[in-house]
Amino acid sequence: MFKRFQLLLSISRSHLIVRRYFVVNGFDGAFTMLGLLMGFYVSDEVVLSVVIAACMGTAIALAVSGISSAYISESAEKKHELKKLEDAMISDLQQSAHGQAARFMPFIVAVVNGLSPFIFALIIIMPLWLAHWYPGLIRYPIVAAAAVAFVLIFFLGVFIGKISDSFWLWAGLRALLIALITSLLIYLVSPM
Amino acid sequence: MVKVQRIVLDVLKLHSPNGLEFSTQLAEKCPGCWFNFKVMEVDEKTETVIIVVESEDIPYEDVANAITAMSGTIHSIDEVEVISFDDVESVSAATDV
Repeated sequence: MFKRFQLLLSISRSHLIVRRYFVVNGFDGAFTMLGLLMGFYVSDEVVLSVVIAACMGTAIALAVSGISSAYISESAEKKHELKKLEDAMISDLQQSAHGQAARFMPFIVAVVNGLSPFIFALIIIMPLWLAHWYPGLIRYPIVAAAAVAFVLIFFLGVFIGKISDSFWLWAGLRALLIALITSLLIYLVSPM
Repeated sequence: MVKVQRIVLDVLKLHSPNGLEFSTQLAEKCPGCWFNFKVMEVDEKTETVIIVVESEDIPYEDVANAITAMSGTIHSIDEVEVISFDDVESVSAATDV
């Protein structure tokens, strides 16, 4: 079963797409949460339950958007690719490994595309939940959550560095720098 | 009793899976068979390969199904070697044992 799954991933080249979507949408999730948190940070005295509700709502919307958009686009793309392969082979490939991959892989890609930003968002807002469940445990929950976002963005940068065989620390710092610039921009344009 | 012991197949396949994956999958589907995989011609999306299969008794249907499952098409059977066993001799040999 696992070997079959590996074969389908390999022949459809979906492992590369899955990795790319994981990183791209992971960044989306982390940056969206960072943006929200910075927005709340520059606003005065926001109720924690409002912050959590807004962040959870955004995380769920990112997940649903990621799953649906990736499934629609990937299934259309895979159908088109299969048609081209069928034309080249002058035969019906629906029952072959390529046909199975064209039907099955869009699900996998969609799930990764949706879950990646959702999981990143959940990790980032964990300090908010902890502060909500155990009042007094975290003194500045929004700052703590933003710090978690910076750490995750750094590690996403490191992961990209590993993929591209470049120096991991530089890749991580570069991602972190982008996150810092984003935060600074939000801080500067805030009306407060 | 007739047994097919060697077949040479002319197969059209896609580039992916590659020769190693393709022949490994074939071998997994047909235990006891020996496979030789040779690329004869490469086109933009497809390649023509010659697959030699050898075994005591080749399960041709299994080989053909495995090739189809890997998106391959058998163009022709270029060579076949079959052997005919004398059933009476086989039975008596089995009885002697």
